[in-house]
Amino acid sequence: MSLHATGATAMRVLRQIRHDPRTIALLLVVPAVLLLLLYWVFEGEKQVFQQIGAPLCGLFPFIVMFLITSISMLRERTSGTLERLMTLPMGKADILFGYGIAFGILATVQAAVVVFLGFVVLDLHAAHGAWLVALLAIANAILGMSLGLFVSAFAQTEFQAVQFMPALIFPQLILCGLFVPRDEMAGFLEAISWLLPLTYAYEALAKATSDKKLDAAFAADVLVVVGVTIAALGLGALTLRRRTG
Amino acid sequence: MPSATDGSSPRAGPAPAIAVRGLAVDRGGRKVLDGLSCQIAAGSVTGLLGPSGCGKSTLMRAVVGVQIVAGGTVQVLGLDAGSKALRSRVGYVTQAPSVYADLNVEENLQYFAAIVGASSERIAETIAAVGLDGMEGRIVGSLSGGQRSRVSLASALLGEPEVLILDEPTVGLDPVLRAELWRIFHNLATAGTTLLVSSHVMDEAGECDELLLMRDGALLRQTTPDGLREETGESDLGKAFLVTIERAGRG
Repeated sequence: MSLHATGATAMRVLRQIRHDPRTIALLLVVPAVLLLLLYWVFEGEKQVFQQIGAPLCGLFPFIVMFLITSISMLRERTSGTLERLMTLPMGKADILFGYGIAFGILATVQAAVVVFLGFVVLDLHAAHGAWLVALLAIANAILGMSLGLFVSAFAQTEFQAVQFMPALIFPQLILCGLFVPRDEMAGFLEAISWLLPLTYAYEALAKATSDKKLDAAFAADVLVVVGVTIAALGLGALTLRRRTG
Repeated sequence: MPSATDGSSPRAGPAPAIAVRGLAVDRGGRKVLDGLSCQIAAGSVTGLLGPSGCGKSTLMRAVVGVQIVAGGTVQVLGLDAGSKALRSRVGYVTQAPSVYADLNVEENLQYFAAIVGASSERIAETIAAVGLDGMEGRIVGSLSGGQRSRVSLASALLGEPEVLILDEPTVGLDPVLRAELWRIFHNLATAGTTLLVSSHVMDEAGECDELLLMRDGALLRQTTPDGLREETGESDLGKAFLVTIERAGRG
Protein backbone atom coordinates (compact mmCIF):
# COMPACT_ATOMS: atom_id res chain seq x y z
CA MET A 1 0.00 0.00 0.00
CA SER A 2 1.26 3.51 -0.72
CA LEU A 3 -0.09 6.82 0.51
CA HIS A 4 0.48 8.21 -2.95
CA ALA A 5 -1.67 5.68 -4.81
CA THR A 6 -4.34 5.78 -2.09
CA GLY A 7 -4.55 9.55 -2.27
CA ALA A 8 -4.63 9.51 -6.07
CA THR A 9 -7.47 7.00 -5.99
CA ALA A 10 -9.49 9.08 -3.52
CA MET A 11 -8.92 12.15 -5.68
CA ARG A 12 -9.96 10.26 -8.81
CA VAL A 13 -13.20 9.00 -7.23
CA LEU A 14 -14.04 12.51 -6.01
CA ARG A 15 -13.34 13.93 -9.47
CA GLN A 16 -15.69 11.38 -11.02
CA ILE A 17 -18.43 12.54 -8.69
CA ARG A 18 -17.60 16.20 -9.30
CA HIS A 19 -18.33 15.66 -12.99
CA ASP A 20 -21.79 14.52 -11.99
CA PRO A 21 -23.38 17.51 -10.22
CA ARG A 22 -26.82 15.97 -10.32
CA THR A 23 -25.63 13.08 -8.18
CA ILE A 24 -24.11 15.52 -5.71
CA ALA A 25 -27.38 17.44 -5.55
CA LEU A 26 -29.34 14.23 -5.03
CA LEU A 27 -26.89 13.12 -2.34
CA LEU A 28 -27.44 16.30 -0.37
CA VAL A 29 -31.08 17.08 -1.09
CA VAL A 30 -32.80 13.69 -0.95
CA PRO A 31 -32.07 12.88 2.72
CA ALA A 32 -33.11 16.41 3.67
CA VAL A 33 -36.39 16.14 1.78
CA LEU A 34 -37.13 12.73 3.30
CA LEU A 35 -36.49 14.08 6.76
CA LEU A 36 -38.80 17.04 6.05
CA LEU A 37 -41.49 14.62 4.86
CA LEU A 38 -41.20 12.69 8.11
CA TYR A 39 -41.41 15.96 10.03
CA TRP A 40 -44.65 16.94 8.32
CA VAL A 41 -46.14 13.45 8.51
CA PHE A 42 -45.59 13.39 12.26
CA GLU A 43 -46.56 16.99 12.84
CA GLY A 44 -48.08 17.20 16.31
CA GLU A 45 -46.41 13.92 17.26
CA LYS A 46 -43.04 15.29 18.19
CA GLN A 47 -42.20 12.20 20.21
CA VAL A 48 -42.54 9.90 17.19
CA PHE A 49 -40.53 12.22 14.94
CA GLN A 50 -37.79 12.28 17.57
CA GLN A 51 -37.82 8.50 17.86
CA ILE A 52 -37.59 7.83 14.11
CA GLY A 53 -36.13 11.02 12.68
CA ALA A 54 -33.18 11.39 15.02
CA PRO A 55 -31.57 8.00 14.37
CA LEU A 56 -32.56 8.12 10.71
CA CYS A 57 -30.28 11.16 10.24
CA GLY A 58 -27.37 8.84 10.96
CA LEU A 59 -28.65 6.01 8.78
CA PHE A 60 -29.14 7.89 5.50
CA PRO A 61 -25.42 7.97 4.67
CA PHE A 62 -25.22 4.20 5.23
CA ILE A 63 -27.95 3.53 2.68
CA VAL A 64 -26.70 6.00 0.09
CA MET A 65 -23.04 5.00 0.28
CA PHE A 66 -23.93 1.32 0.02
CA LEU A 67 -25.75 2.00 -3.21
CA ILE A 68 -23.21 4.37 -4.73
CA THR A 69 -20.23 2.18 -3.91
CA SER A 70 -21.75 -1.01 -5.20
CA ILE A 71 -22.52 0.68 -8.52
CA SER A 72 -19.19 2.47 -8.94
CA MET A 73 -17.22 -0.65 -8.00
CA LEU A 74 -19.29 -2.69 -10.42
CA ARG A 75 -18.44 -0.17 -13.15
CA GLU A 76 -14.79 -0.44 -12.22
CA ARG A 77 -15.03 -4.21 -12.63
CA THR A 78 -17.00 -4.22 -15.89
CA SER A 79 -15.18 -1.36 -17.64
CA GLY A 80 -11.81 -3.07 -17.35
CA THR A 81 -10.32 -0.29 -15.25
CA LEU A 82 -10.07 -2.59 -12.24
CA GLU A 83 -8.12 -5.09 -14.33
CA ARG A 84 -5.83 -2.30 -15.49
CA LEU A 85 -5.27 -1.16 -11.90
CA MET A 86 -4.44 -4.74 -10.95
CA THR A 87 -1.66 -4.78 -13.57
CA LEU A 88 -0.16 -1.55 -12.21
CA PRO A 89 2.11 -1.03 -9.22
CA MET A 90 -0.79 -0.53 -6.85
CA GLY A 91 -2.06 -2.47 -3.87
CA LYS A 92 -5.61 -3.66 -3.28
CA ALA A 93 -5.57 -1.63 -0.07
CA ASP A 94 -4.92 1.51 -2.15
CA ILE A 95 -8.18 0.95 -3.99
CA LEU A 96 -10.17 0.11 -0.86
CA PHE A 97 -8.83 3.00 1.20
CA GLY A 98 -8.99 5.38 -1.73
CA TYR A 99 -12.69 4.67 -2.03
CA GLY A 100 -13.02 4.86 1.75
CA ILE A 101 -11.48 8.34 1.92
CA ALA A 102 -13.49 9.69 -1.03
CA PHE A 103 -16.82 8.39 0.19
CA GLY A 104 -15.93 9.31 3.76
CA ILE A 105 -15.55 12.93 2.65
CA LEU A 106 -18.79 12.77 0.71
CA ALA A 107 -20.56 11.20 3.69
CA THR A 108 -19.25 13.95 5.96
CA VAL A 109 -20.84 16.62 3.79
CA GLN A 110 -24.07 14.66 3.52
CA ALA A 111 -24.19 14.02 7.27
CA ALA A 112 -23.50 17.68 8.01
CA VAL A 113 -26.46 18.78 5.89
CA VAL A 114 -28.98 16.30 7.27
CA VAL A 115 -27.80 16.64 10.87
CA PHE A 116 -27.98 20.43 10.64
CA LEU A 117 -31.50 20.23 9.24
CA GLY A 118 -32.66 17.70 11.81
CA PHE A 119 -31.03 18.93 14.97
CA VAL A 120 -30.86 22.65 14.38
CA VAL A 121 -33.73 23.54 12.07
CA LEU A 122 -36.30 20.86 12.91
CA ASP A 123 -35.42 20.84 16.61
CA LEU A 124 -34.58 17.16 17.01
CA HIS A 125 -32.92 16.43 20.31
CA ALA A 126 -29.46 14.89 20.64
CA ALA A 127 -28.73 14.51 24.32
CA HIS A 128 -25.04 13.88 23.68
CA GLY A 129 -24.58 16.45 20.95
CA ALA A 130 -25.44 16.52 17.28
CA TRP A 131 -21.75 16.10 16.44
CA LEU A 132 -21.89 12.58 17.86
CA VAL A 133 -24.79 11.76 15.52
CA ALA A 134 -22.74 13.17 12.63
CA LEU A 135 -19.72 11.07 13.63
CA LEU A 136 -21.85 7.93 13.83
CA ALA A 137 -23.36 8.84 10.47
CA ILE A 138 -19.88 8.94 8.92
CA ALA A 139 -18.95 5.61 10.51
CA ASN A 140 -22.19 4.13 9.15
CA ALA A 141 -21.41 5.55 5.71
CA ILE A 142 -18.06 3.77 5.70
CA LEU A 143 -19.84 0.60 6.83
CA GLY A 144 -22.30 0.96 3.94
CA MET A 145 -19.41 1.58 1.56
CA SER A 146 -17.53 -1.53 2.68
CA LEU A 147 -20.60 -3.71 2.33
CA GLY A 148 -21.36 -2.21 -1.09
CA LEU A 149 -17.82 -2.84 -2.23
CA PHE A 150 -18.03 -6.47 -1.18
CA VAL A 151 -21.44 -7.23 -2.69
CA SER A 152 -20.52 -5.55 -6.00
CA ALA A 153 -18.54 -8.71 -6.74
CA PHE A 154 -21.80 -10.65 -6.88
CA ALA A 155 -23.51 -8.45 -9.46
CA GLN A 156 -22.90 -8.68 -13.17
CA THR A 157 -25.09 -5.74 -14.15
CA GLU A 158 -26.17 -2.45 -12.64
CA PHE A 159 -29.75 -3.75 -12.56
CA GLN A 160 -28.62 -6.50 -10.23
CA ALA A 161 -26.53 -4.16 -8.09
CA VAL A 162 -29.48 -1.81 -7.58
CA GLN A 163 -31.60 -4.74 -6.39
CA PHE A 164 -29.12 -5.42 -3.61
CA MET A 165 -30.49 -2.39 -1.81
CA PRO A 166 -34.04 -3.70 -1.30
CA ALA A 167 -32.65 -7.21 -0.89
CA LEU A 168 -29.98 -6.50 1.70
CA ILE A 169 -30.70 -3.09 3.20
CA PHE A 170 -34.50 -2.92 3.57
CA PRO A 171 -34.74 -6.04 5.77
CA GLN A 172 -32.07 -4.57 8.03
CA LEU A 173 -33.97 -1.27 8.25
CA ILE A 174 -37.19 -3.10 9.12
CA LEU A 175 -35.55 -5.30 11.75
CA CYS A 176 -33.10 -2.85 13.32
CA GLY A 177 -35.62 -1.45 15.81
CA LEU A 178 -36.22 1.88 14.07
CA PHE A 179 -39.92 1.27 13.42
CA VAL A 180 -40.76 -1.37 16.04
CA PRO A 181 -38.74 -1.99 19.21
CA ARG A 182 -36.91 -5.27 18.72
CA ASP A 183 -38.15 -6.76 22.01
CA GLU A 184 -41.71 -6.44 20.70
CA MET A 185 -40.90 -8.51 17.61
CA ALA A 186 -41.43 -12.25 17.29
CA GLY A 187 -38.56 -14.10 18.93
CA PHE A 188 -37.02 -15.36 15.70
CA LEU A 189 -37.04 -11.86 14.20
CA GLU A 190 -35.27 -10.47 17.20
CA ALA A 191 -32.76 -13.31 16.95
CA ILE A 192 -32.12 -12.43 13.30
CA SER A 193 -31.78 -8.74 14.14
CA TRP A 194 -28.82 -9.55 16.37
CA LEU A 195 -26.98 -10.82 13.30
CA LEU A 196 -27.51 -7.71 11.20
CA PRO A 197 -24.92 -4.92 11.28
CA LEU A 198 -27.48 -2.15 10.84
CA THR A 199 -29.03 -3.14 14.18
CA TYR A 200 -25.85 -2.03 15.94
CA ALA A 201 -25.63 1.15 13.87
CA TYR A 202 -29.20 1.96 14.88
CA GLU A 203 -28.66 1.04 18.52
CA ALA A 204 -25.68 3.38 18.79
CA LEU A 205 -27.69 6.21 17.19
CA ALA A 206 -30.71 5.56 19.41
CA LYS A 207 -28.48 5.72 22.48
CA ALA A 208 -26.68 8.83 21.24
CA THR A 209 -30.00 10.64 20.75
CA SER A 210 -31.56 9.50 24.04
CA ASP A 211 -31.03 11.01 27.46
CA LYS A 212 -29.48 7.86 28.90
CA LYS A 213 -25.83 7.80 29.80
CA LEU A 214 -23.54 6.38 27.15
CA ASP A 215 -22.32 3.14 28.67
CA ALA A 216 -20.40 0.07 27.65
CA ALA A 217 -23.34 -1.09 25.53
CA PHE A 218 -22.94 2.01 23.35
CA ALA A 219 -19.22 1.33 23.00
CA ALA A 220 -20.02 -2.27 22.06
CA ASP A 221 -22.43 -1.09 19.33
CA VAL A 222 -19.76 1.18 17.86
CA LEU A 223 -17.19 -1.61 18.05
CA VAL A 224 -19.48 -3.95 16.11
CA VAL A 225 -19.96 -1.30 13.41
CA VAL A 226 -16.22 -0.79 13.11
CA GLY A 227 -15.53 -4.54 13.25
CA VAL A 228 -18.02 -5.37 10.52
CA THR A 229 -16.56 -2.55 8.41
CA ILE A 230 -13.07 -4.03 8.70
CA ALA A 231 -14.38 -7.53 7.99
CA ALA A 232 -16.28 -6.33 4.92
CA LEU A 233 -13.19 -4.50 3.65
CA GLY A 234 -11.20 -7.69 4.11
CA LEU A 235 -13.80 -9.69 2.20
CA GLY A 236 -13.86 -6.92 -0.42
CA ALA A 237 -10.10 -7.23 -0.84
CA LEU A 238 -10.57 -10.94 -1.55
CA THR A 239 -12.91 -10.07 -4.43
CA LEU A 240 -10.30 -7.82 -6.07
CA ARG A 241 -8.47 -10.46 -8.01
CA ARG A 242 -5.32 -9.94 -10.00
CA ARG A 243 -5.98 -13.06 -12.05
CA THR A 244 -9.33 -14.01 -13.48
CA GLY A 245 -10.59 -16.72 -15.82
CA MET B 1 22.71 -8.02 -17.37
CA PRO B 2 24.39 -11.44 -17.12
CA SER B 3 22.33 -13.84 -19.18
CA ALA B 4 21.25 -17.00 -17.45
CA THR B 5 21.75 -19.51 -20.21
CA ASP B 6 18.94 -21.96 -20.53
CA GLY B 7 20.07 -25.23 -22.11
CA SER B 8 16.60 -26.05 -23.37
CA SER B 9 16.27 -22.73 -25.18
CA PRO B 10 15.79 -23.35 -28.87
CA ARG B 11 17.59 -20.14 -29.82
CA ALA B 12 20.92 -18.69 -29.03
CA GLY B 13 21.49 -14.97 -28.57
CA PRO B 14 20.11 -12.54 -26.00
CA ALA B 15 17.46 -13.65 -23.53
CA PRO B 16 13.96 -13.19 -24.97
CA ALA B 17 11.72 -10.52 -23.46
CA ILE B 18 8.82 -12.95 -23.35
CA ALA B 19 9.12 -16.73 -23.10
CA VAL B 20 6.00 -18.88 -23.16
CA ARG B 21 6.32 -22.61 -22.60
CA GLY B 22 3.49 -25.11 -22.87
CA LEU B 23 0.85 -22.55 -21.93
CA ALA B 24 -2.60 -24.04 -21.37
CA VAL B 25 -5.75 -22.12 -20.49
CA ASP B 26 -9.16 -23.69 -19.87
CA ARG B 27 -12.39 -21.77 -19.84
CA GLY B 28 -15.60 -23.54 -18.95
CA GLY B 29 -14.11 -26.94 -19.75
CA ARG B 30 -12.93 -25.77 -23.18
CA LYS B 31 -9.25 -25.52 -23.99
CA VAL B 32 -8.69 -21.92 -25.09
CA LEU B 33 -4.94 -22.38 -25.30
CA ASP B 34 -3.45 -25.82 -25.58
CA GLY B 35 0.26 -26.11 -24.86
CA LEU B 36 1.38 -22.96 -26.65
CA SER B 37 5.08 -22.08 -26.73
CA CYS B 38 6.84 -19.06 -28.22
CA GLN B 39 9.62 -16.58 -27.59
CA ILE B 40 9.59 -12.90 -28.31
CA ALA B 41 12.81 -10.99 -28.82
CA ALA B 42 13.49 -7.80 -26.89
CA GLY B 43 13.16 -4.51 -28.76
CA SER B 44 10.97 -5.90 -31.53
CA VAL B 45 7.43 -5.45 -32.73
CA THR B 46 5.74 -8.82 -32.83
CA GLY B 47 2.36 -9.13 -34.46
CA LEU B 48 -0.06 -11.64 -33.00
CA LEU B 49 -2.43 -12.53 -35.78
CA GLY B 50 -5.32 -14.84 -36.22
CA PRO B 51 -9.08 -14.92 -36.56
CA SER B 52 -11.33 -13.59 -33.77
CA GLY B 53 -11.71 -16.07 -30.95
CA CYS B 54 -8.47 -17.94 -31.66
CA GLY B 55 -7.02 -17.10 -28.24
CA LYS B 56 -4.99 -13.95 -28.98
CA SER B 57 -6.43 -11.96 -26.08
CA THR B 58 -6.06 -14.92 -23.75
CA LEU B 59 -2.39 -15.28 -24.63
CA MET B 60 -1.87 -11.56 -24.03
CA ARG B 61 -3.70 -11.72 -20.71
CA ALA B 62 -1.43 -14.58 -19.70
CA VAL B 63 1.66 -12.54 -20.60
CA VAL B 64 0.39 -9.64 -18.50
CA GLY B 65 -0.41 -12.09 -15.71
CA VAL B 66 -4.13 -11.45 -15.30
CA GLN B 67 -5.19 -14.79 -16.78
CA ILE B 68 -5.68 -17.90 -14.66
CA VAL B 69 -3.65 -20.55 -16.43
CA ALA B 70 -4.08 -24.32 -16.33
CA GLY B 71 -0.48 -25.17 -17.15
CA GLY B 72 2.83 -24.09 -18.59
CA THR B 73 4.98 -21.10 -17.78
CA VAL B 74 5.09 -17.51 -18.97
CA GLN B 75 8.20 -15.47 -18.27
CA VAL B 76 8.52 -11.78 -18.98
CA LEU B 77 11.93 -10.08 -18.67
CA GLY B 78 13.12 -13.21 -16.89
CA LEU B 79 10.39 -13.05 -14.22
CA ASP B 80 7.14 -14.95 -13.84
CA ALA B 81 4.34 -13.12 -15.64
CA GLY B 82 2.27 -11.03 -13.26
CA SER B 83 4.93 -10.84 -10.56
CA LYS B 84 4.99 -7.66 -8.54
CA ALA B 85 8.30 -6.42 -9.94
CA LEU B 86 6.84 -6.48 -13.46
CA ARG B 87 3.90 -4.20 -12.72
CA SER B 88 5.87 -1.05 -13.47
CA ARG B 89 7.74 -2.64 -16.40
CA VAL B 90 4.86 -4.08 -18.44
CA GLY B 91 2.14 -1.97 -20.04
CA TYR B 92 -1.16 -3.47 -21.12
CA VAL B 93 -3.89 -2.04 -23.30
CA THR B 94 -7.07 -4.06 -23.44
CA GLN B 95 -9.23 -4.34 -26.53
CA ALA B 96 -12.05 -2.31 -24.96
CA PRO B 97 -10.61 1.00 -23.70
CA SER B 98 -10.19 0.66 -19.94
CA VAL B 99 -10.31 4.28 -18.84
CA TYR B 100 -12.81 6.29 -16.81
CA ALA B 101 -15.57 7.50 -19.12
CA ASP B 102 -16.75 10.07 -16.56
CA LEU B 103 -13.36 11.80 -16.27
CA ASN B 104 -11.73 14.02 -18.85
CA VAL B 105 -8.63 12.99 -20.80
CA GLU B 106 -6.18 14.79 -18.56
CA GLU B 107 -7.76 13.55 -15.31
CA ASN B 108 -7.55 9.97 -16.56
CA LEU B 109 -3.88 10.36 -17.38
CA GLN B 110 -3.17 12.21 -14.13
CA TYR B 111 -4.56 9.29 -12.18
CA PHE B 112 -2.55 6.62 -14.00
CA ALA B 113 0.52 8.88 -13.93
CA ALA B 114 0.22 9.14 -10.14
CA ILE B 115 0.22 5.34 -9.89
CA VAL B 116 3.22 4.74 -12.14
CA GLY B 117 5.05 7.85 -10.95
CA ALA B 118 5.08 9.78 -14.24
CA SER B 119 5.58 13.55 -14.28
CA SER B 120 3.16 16.13 -15.65
CA GLU B 121 5.58 16.77 -18.53
CA ARG B 122 5.32 13.10 -19.36
CA ILE B 123 1.51 13.42 -19.43
CA ALA B 124 1.72 16.24 -21.96
CA GLU B 125 4.26 14.29 -23.99
CA THR B 126 2.05 11.20 -24.06
CA ILE B 127 -1.06 13.17 -25.01
CA ALA B 128 0.88 14.63 -27.93
CA ALA B 129 2.27 11.23 -28.92
CA VAL B 130 -1.20 9.73 -29.39
CA GLY B 131 -2.46 12.86 -31.13
CA LEU B 132 -4.89 14.00 -28.48
CA ASP B 133 -3.50 17.50 -27.91
CA GLY B 134 -6.25 20.03 -27.48
CA MET B 135 -8.56 17.31 -26.13
CA GLU B 136 -7.27 17.35 -22.54
CA GLY B 137 -10.46 18.78 -21.11
CA ARG B 138 -12.87 16.53 -23.00
CA ILE B 139 -14.84 13.97 -21.00
CA VAL B 140 -13.71 10.56 -22.25
CA GLY B 141 -17.31 9.31 -22.50
CA SER B 142 -18.00 11.98 -25.11
CA LEU B 143 -15.07 10.98 -27.35
CA SER B 144 -15.25 8.77 -30.40
CA GLY B 145 -14.24 5.12 -30.10
CA GLY B 146 -10.87 5.73 -31.71
CA GLN B 147 -10.10 8.67 -29.43
CA ARG B 148 -11.11 6.66 -26.41
CA SER B 149 -8.78 3.82 -27.31
CA ARG B 150 -5.98 6.35 -27.73
CA VAL B 151 -6.61 7.60 -24.18
CA SER B 152 -6.31 3.99 -23.08
CA LEU B 153 -3.06 3.61 -25.06
CA ALA B 154 -1.68 6.85 -23.63
CA SER B 155 -2.40 5.60 -20.10
CA ALA B 156 -0.22 2.56 -20.79
CA LEU B 157 2.61 4.62 -22.33
CA LEU B 158 2.90 6.96 -19.33
CA GLY B 159 5.25 4.79 -17.30
CA GLU B 160 7.52 4.04 -20.31
CA PRO B 161 7.17 0.28 -19.83
CA GLU B 162 9.83 -2.04 -21.25
CA VAL B 163 7.21 -4.42 -22.57
CA LEU B 164 3.95 -3.27 -24.13
CA ILE B 165 1.06 -5.64 -24.73
CA LEU B 166 -1.47 -4.07 -27.08
CA ASP B 167 -4.70 -5.88 -27.83
CA GLU B 168 -6.05 -4.67 -31.18
CA PRO B 169 -4.91 -1.07 -30.64
CA THR B 170 -5.75 0.06 -34.17
CA VAL B 171 -9.22 -1.40 -34.48
CA GLY B 172 -11.76 1.19 -35.61
CA LEU B 173 -9.13 3.81 -36.45
CA ASP B 174 -8.86 5.60 -39.77
CA PRO B 175 -5.86 4.77 -41.98
CA VAL B 176 -4.02 8.01 -41.15
CA LEU B 177 -4.21 7.39 -37.43
CA ARG B 178 -3.27 3.77 -37.88
CA ALA B 179 -0.13 4.75 -39.74
CA GLU B 180 0.55 7.28 -37.00
CA LEU B 181 0.23 4.67 -34.26
CA TRP B 182 2.45 2.22 -36.11
CA ARG B 183 5.06 4.97 -36.35
CA ILE B 184 4.85 5.33 -32.54
CA PHE B 185 5.21 1.56 -32.10
CA HIS B 186 8.32 1.47 -34.33
CA ASN B 187 9.86 4.38 -32.47
CA LEU B 188 9.23 2.63 -29.17
CA ALA B 189 10.82 -0.57 -30.48
CA THR B 190 13.83 1.36 -31.75
CA ALA B 191 14.19 2.79 -28.25
CA GLY B 192 14.30 -0.76 -26.90
CA THR B 193 10.67 -1.45 -25.99
CA THR B 194 9.31 -4.89 -26.76
CA LEU B 195 5.86 -4.76 -28.30
CA LEU B 196 3.34 -7.53 -28.73
CA VAL B 197 0.50 -6.24 -30.89
CA SER B 198 -2.55 -8.26 -31.82
CA SER B 199 -4.67 -7.70 -34.86
CA HIS B 200 -7.13 -9.62 -36.92
CA VAL B 201 -6.43 -7.65 -40.07
CA MET B 202 -3.53 -9.10 -41.99
CA ASP B 203 -2.57 -5.86 -43.71
CA GLU B 204 -0.97 -4.79 -40.44
CA ALA B 205 1.27 -7.86 -40.44
CA GLY B 206 3.69 -6.11 -42.78
CA GLU B 207 4.41 -3.54 -40.06
CA CYS B 208 5.80 -6.17 -37.70
CA ASP B 209 9.32 -7.53 -37.31
CA GLU B 210 8.02 -10.94 -36.28
CA LEU B 211 4.71 -12.70 -36.70
CA LEU B 212 2.90 -15.16 -34.50
CA LEU B 213 0.10 -16.80 -36.46
CA MET B 214 -2.54 -18.34 -34.26
CA ARG B 215 -5.53 -20.50 -34.89
CA ASP B 216 -7.87 -22.39 -32.53
CA GLY B 217 -5.74 -21.84 -29.45
CA ALA B 218 -2.53 -23.03 -31.05
CA LEU B 219 0.45 -21.33 -32.63
CA LEU B 220 0.54 -22.15 -36.34
CA ARG B 221 3.79 -20.42 -37.23
CA GLN B 222 6.33 -18.03 -35.82
CA THR B 223 7.95 -16.23 -38.73
CA THR B 224 8.66 -12.84 -40.29
CA PRO B 225 6.59 -11.07 -42.95
CA ASP B 226 9.23 -11.87 -45.60
CA GLY B 227 9.55 -15.41 -44.31
CA LEU B 228 5.81 -15.90 -44.64
CA ARG B 229 5.81 -14.54 -48.20
CA GLU B 230 8.70 -16.80 -49.14
CA GLU B 231 7.22 -19.96 -47.60
CA THR B 232 3.88 -19.52 -49.30
CA GLY B 233 4.89 -17.84 -52.52
CA GLU B 234 2.21 -15.20 -51.90
CA SER B 235 3.19 -11.55 -51.82
CA ASP B 236 -0.07 -10.59 -50.10
CA LEU B 237 0.21 -11.41 -46.40
CA GLY B 238 -3.51 -12.03 -46.06
CA LYS B 239 -3.37 -14.69 -48.75
CA ALA B 240 -0.16 -16.05 -47.31
CA PHE B 241 -1.91 -16.56 -43.97
CA LEU B 242 -4.77 -18.39 -45.64
CA VAL B 243 -2.32 -20.68 -47.44
CA THR B 244 -0.61 -21.38 -44.12
CA ILE B 245 -3.95 -22.25 -42.51
CA GLU B 246 -4.84 -24.56 -45.38
CA ARG B 247 -1.52 -26.34 -45.18
CA ALA B 248 -1.89 -26.71 -41.45
CA GLY B 249 -5.36 -28.16 -41.99
CA ARG B 250 -4.05 -30.72 -44.44
CA GLY B 251 -0.99 -31.53 -42.36
